[in-house]
Amino acid sequence: MQLGIVCGSLVASRKDDRLEGITLLVIQPIQPDGKATGKALIATDSMGAGPGERVFWVKSKEASNPFAPLEVPTDATIIGIVDLVNVEA
Amino acid sequence: MQVGRVTGTLVATRKDERLVGTKLLVVRTMDPGFKEEQGYVVAVDTVDAGIGDKVLLVSGSSARLAQGMKDAPIDAAIIGVIDQVELTRPAVELTKPPVTKS
Repeated sequence: MQLGIVCGSLVASRKDDRLEGITLLVIQPIQPDGKATGKALIATDSMGAGPGERVFWVKSKEASNPFAPLEVPTDATIIGIVDLVNVEA
Repeated sequence: MQVGRVTGTLVATRKDERLVGTKLLVVRTMDPGFKEEQGYVVAVDTVDAGIGDKVLLVSGSSARLAQGMKDAPIDAAIIGVIDQVELTRPAVELTKPPVTKS
């Protein structure tokens, strides 16, 4: 899993049926200190995250698991909203 | 997932039999703000996208979850045609650490 920050949303009316009703958000991967790292991407949201929130997300085929038994074609899904990250040293 | 712009079509007579009947498109991948253009990918189209459309791309093994692509040897599929992307936080702000509650 990786940390990210929600920085936008995406609207698509013509899409795979199984994406119907699922929010698509733009996330920027970040380091624990909040600095951006890597490229921004589009993720499905299983948690109801909003703009500016720090989240953690899962990539690859496992991204589809939160929506089981529906096989949603996604390779990135937000699976938690971060309250606090504590990194020592 | 990534966003991209459809820039072309691809025809192949000799191909894996599980790709017979699929529509292959050449997609230029971009950042979510449609600014920085990156590389090109060949993707299976499952939503009837056309040239010039901005599309949503799923890659890796998840591409096989696209409609009718079970067990097909693919790693990129178009699963949506994008109407709009709204960016609420410009990338430049992301270099600043967020306000943390203690």
